[in-house]
Amino acid sequence: MTPIVKKVTQLVVGLIFLYGIYIITHGHLTPGGGFAGGAVIAGAFILLVLAYGSDVLKLRKREEDSSVVESTGILIFLALAIAALFIGTGIFFTNYLPKGIIGELISAGTIPLYNIAVGIEVAAALFTIFLALVIYKEEVLK
Amino acid sequence: MTAYLLCFVLFLVGLFGVLTKRNIIKIVIGLSIMELSLFLFFALIGYVDKGIAPIIVQNMEKAKFVDPLPQAIVLTAIVIGLATNAMLMAIAIRLYKKYNTFDIRKINSLKG
Amino acid sequence: MEIILSIILVFMIIGAIYALYARDLLSALISCGIVGYGLVICFLLLQAPDLAIVQIVVETITLIIMIAVILDSSREELKEKKVADPKLSHFNKWYVINAVLVIVCLLVLLYFFKEVTGTLDPLGKHLTRMSAAYVENAAEQTGSANLVTGVVFDFRGYDTLGEATILFTAVIGVLTILRVKGKK
Repeated sequence: MTPIVKKVTQLVVGLIFLYGIYIITHGHLTPGGGFAGGAVIAGAFILLVLAYGSDVLKLRKREEDSSVVESTGILIFLALAIAALFIGTGIFFTNYLPKGIIGELISAGTIPLYNIAVGIEVAAALFTIFLALVIYKEEVLK
Repeated sequence: MTAYLLCFVLFLVGLFGVLTKRNIIKIVIGLSIMELSLFLFFALIGYVDKGIAPIIVQNMEKAKFVDPLPQAIVLTAIVIGLATNAMLMAIAIRLYKKYNTFDIRKINSLKG
Repeated sequence: MEIILSIILVFMIIGAIYALYARDLLSALISCGIVGYGLVICFLLLQAPDLAIVQIVVETITLIIMIAVILDSSREELKEKKVADPKLSHFNKWYVINAVLVIVCLLVLLYFFKEVTGTLDPLGKHLTRMSAAYVENAAEQTGSANLVTGVVFDFRGYDTLGEATILFTAVIGVLTILRVKGKK
């Protein structure tokens, strides 16, 4: 890629990543939530790989690392849902933490934790799909 | 009622693309157009005149909210549409490697 | 509101029709992007900011993946071979049967469309019969200020669980289809 694209990417990709984290964690106060923030974070990583080539993140030959991150995300989601069986009322997948004042950052029970788990999972899933279909398909098409 | 009718016409355009085109990429584009028309139909059902987005801000007077239930349904459907498109493109890559064309009339050799 | 939505929908229909008839596959994909980005404007006009954020990023990622796939394969549309070109003055009976079948199907679809939307309220006068309970109780029972997040993660939590599973399964499917057989 041309030096202009590389320089602009270098300046902007950190801000996009931070914006994605902001959308995820403020999911219960402003529009957004887990899915939107996860997609924006995946967009930041895709921009980095497209501008600098595929050896910028020291990606190994297979897409193992982002697969592991995605599996961790959905395991955290399931662990939070099963923990509702032992705390509180004992029904699967309820909202068992105390709900604070509406409008504060720490409120709404377990909804911010679910947002973070879904955000990690969606970001890693979209990045894995991008790696498998764009970067590593030359092995298949040779 | 005009907006509903135009949504239906967009759906029919996508359906025409899936049924009559011979290129696999055109079939995937037709399927994507069908899904987008359905998302618009859901969002149109839930609209209330002079309503605002369903978010509670501090010290707001009682106002009419737009219906939040169709928005929750469409939110997961958008990401599922992306997953379906990705799987179809993976199958298209495999078919191109084996037959060296995207034409579905030439993909007809079932090996036994 | 309905006039602005109708104008944007007409542009989307024109883009969709061109996307199916383009000769070059790259032009067809960019026309498919017209439909996606026009939908973002429609979502913003219908007061749905969550959907607008998700749709704009997902549409961009879809376009990137599809363009990368076709740039490495063939880029042009298939050549239509004229097989035994009949003279157009030759009045084939199949033309008449095709035209009649298409018109009958369109009339049946339009009749059922009128039946279905006869029970719908006109645009904007939505009765909110089912979601009146959601809008009133969501703020106290879930504690979140964003009602859509409260509905997605608390009242309709099982749909979110199913969606996470579908995304995970799709990634497994893509990795399995594109797997290269290991050398012995």
